[in-house]
Amino acid sequence: MSIETKVTFDKEQIQAFSDGRNEPTWLKDIRLKGAELFDTLALPKPEKTKIDKWNFTAGSYNLAEVKAADNVASLAEGIRNLVGEEDKVETLLAQQDGSTVYTKTSKELTDKGVIFTDLATAVAKHEDLVKKYLFGEAVQVDENRLTALHAALLNGGAFIYVPRNVEVEVPLQAVYALGAKDAGLFNHVIVVAEENSSVTYVENYVSLSEDATVANIVAEVYAAQGAKVAFGAVDNLSSNVTTYVVRRGHVDRDARLEWALGQMNDGNTVSENTTHLVGDGSWADTKTVTIGRGNQKQNFTTQIFHHGKNSEGYILKHGVMRDSATAIFNGITKIEHGATKSNGEQTERVLMLSEKARGDANPILLIDEDDVTAGHAASVGRIDPLQMFYLMSRGISRKEAERLVIHGFLAPVVTQLPIESVKEQLREAIERKVL
Amino acid sequence: MSAPFLKIENLHVSIEGKEILKDFSIEINGGEIHAIMGPNGTGKSTLASAIMGHPKYEITSGSVTMNGEDVLEMEVDERAQAGLFLAMQYPSEISGITNADFLRSAINAGREEGEELSLMKFIRKLDEKMDLLEMDQQFAQRYLNEGFSGGEKKRNEILQLMMLEPKLAILDEIDSGLDIDALKVVSKGVNAMRGSEFGCLIITHYQRLLDYIKPDKVHVMMQGRIVKSGGSELAQRLEAEGYDWIKEELGIEDERVNVNQEA
Repeated sequence: MSIETKVTFDKEQIQAFSDGRNEPTWLKDIRLKGAELFDTLALPKPEKTKIDKWNFTAGSYNLAEVKAADNVASLAEGIRNLVGEEDKVETLLAQQDGSTVYTKTSKELTDKGVIFTDLATAVAKHEDLVKKYLFGEAVQVDENRLTALHAALLNGGAFIYVPRNVEVEVPLQAVYALGAKDAGLFNHVIVVAEENSSVTYVENYVSLSEDATVANIVAEVYAAQGAKVAFGAVDNLSSNVTTYVVRRGHVDRDARLEWALGQMNDGNTVSENTTHLVGDGSWADTKTVTIGRGNQKQNFTTQIFHHGKNSEGYILKHGVMRDSATAIFNGITKIEHGATKSNGEQTERVLMLSEKARGDANPILLIDEDDVTAGHAASVGRIDPLQMFYLMSRGISRKEAERLVIHGFLAPVVTQLPIESVKEQLREAIERKVL
Repeated sequence: MSAPFLKIENLHVSIEGKEILKDFSIEINGGEIHAIMGPNGTGKSTLASAIMGHPKYEITSGSVTMNGEDVLEMEVDERAQAGLFLAMQYPSEISGITNADFLRSAINAGREEGEELSLMKFIRKLDEKMDLLEMDQQFAQRYLNEGFSGGEKKRNEILQLMMLEPKLAILDEIDSGLDIDALKVVSKGVNAMRGSEFGCLIITHYQRLLDYIKPDKVHVMMQGRIVKSGGSELAQRLEAEGYDWIKEELGIEDERVNVNQEA
């Protein structure tokens, strides 16, 4: 028996919402298409996790505007903590409940033609570019009920565009904060790296209160020929937020895409991270770190599809489950017919700290080509009582010993993350979650 | 200072329902070094693990006290806080935690908040002890015991002993698998700990170690209890003549606790 999902919008509301934002017709049409499909499409079916009773529609998408801050110091504390001191901030896009509250970019980047702005501004100023990539090849409106919902209610996000041959050396940082009562965030991020360009983008999702309810997040990354993109994320939404997050990348010939994902939400979460290695010689690496606690249920699916010859894809996922937390770690390496000389490797490791914690690792290799190499490793285990005995025999308390073991378990991933700021933020997030 | 640091009375210990220690008693005072010798399977390592609170061992009766405090009521970390230390025969390998971070956590765990050892003092002390144990500095930054050879693990156990400065150390076959040079280094570390406030219980098969760490008392363990005690001359006689004369003297046919079982 499934609970009837409460639909909190209709066509007229969507139209009015779009008009209020002065959106072009094509974007309004995307919303209306989403609203229509929402009624007919089914929920996504993440392997081994039943989500039909999860409430992905609670809360409001039409959020009150939050006033922009004059400086970093007057941002909400939860944002400030992630950003640091004003003079250390080189680039930043901060949004609170979908409103842009702070932006900073450099003249140098602007002069080079780099676009780093919120999605609404990008729609107004760079309409053709946004139109080309919003719900482009990576993510479709009509995939499932939640992508349709996302299209209909889109209320935040960012657009990043790096022209060909431009190398952005400073990481572009974005913070998406959620604070209002019953707030629902439908955030869409687009990263476009043109030929032979390079960029590092880091995003944080953070709860400012316990009041928000839903996050429905989509990220599309397009790495053109020879481009290098590093995409870092630390998701840190509170226990009352039900999250659906899809992050996908398209990687062209000889391009590289690195994902560094810290999946630290405290609420129920379905996370899908997919990379299509489209071009010959394309390369992708996904590293994810997770700590589950309380009663949360999570499903993390990481997929790399090899289409191009000589493509390389690597997946490394480590997760720690505490309390009564449950998480499924699916890893899929798919090598398509014709993707000769490709190499796909994946590792999933899960450590369970309590009797009631549950973890499941499912590494899957799907190979339709003979001339390839591929491998996988997976392990799921409980904390080793002898390790605990050893640590405690040196005077370390059980809690501290667990903390050390968790850090130790996640360290092989954290230390290899390609983005320094993500490493730091993750260490702090881990520290908060192991206490 | 001759207050008894460690007092064990009539201890009985089982593992998976099989009794290994049977009525074991010993008393170790401040400043004393005791050696427990005996063939394989007589309960020596069980004794060491049970005192420290190893999760597999069940104490069925008897008492263990440190300065009058009931050790058996304590959690494992509290036993360490009370001054007990066990240099293990098979130390765990723990990935992702550096030796230095681990040692610092362990040292500071025993200190009040605000009284933590400063990083500079810690590093100085660590450098000094590693020099004494002829350990390469890189061991500080390697993950705890991960990929260490048998000898490196033993040295690392002694390094922890020297850093944590316990009141009573139990060394469980710290000499096994060590060549003579490593044995000398490890012994040097233990001897550096000697003092009126430090007691030590050395568990070993071989008299060899006792050439370098001279014990005050030597005990022979068979069938889960001490069957003979003496001074350091007892160890020398055991080295020369083996254990058979004791078995004959006491009328013991099989010295092991349970046949076909490693204890």
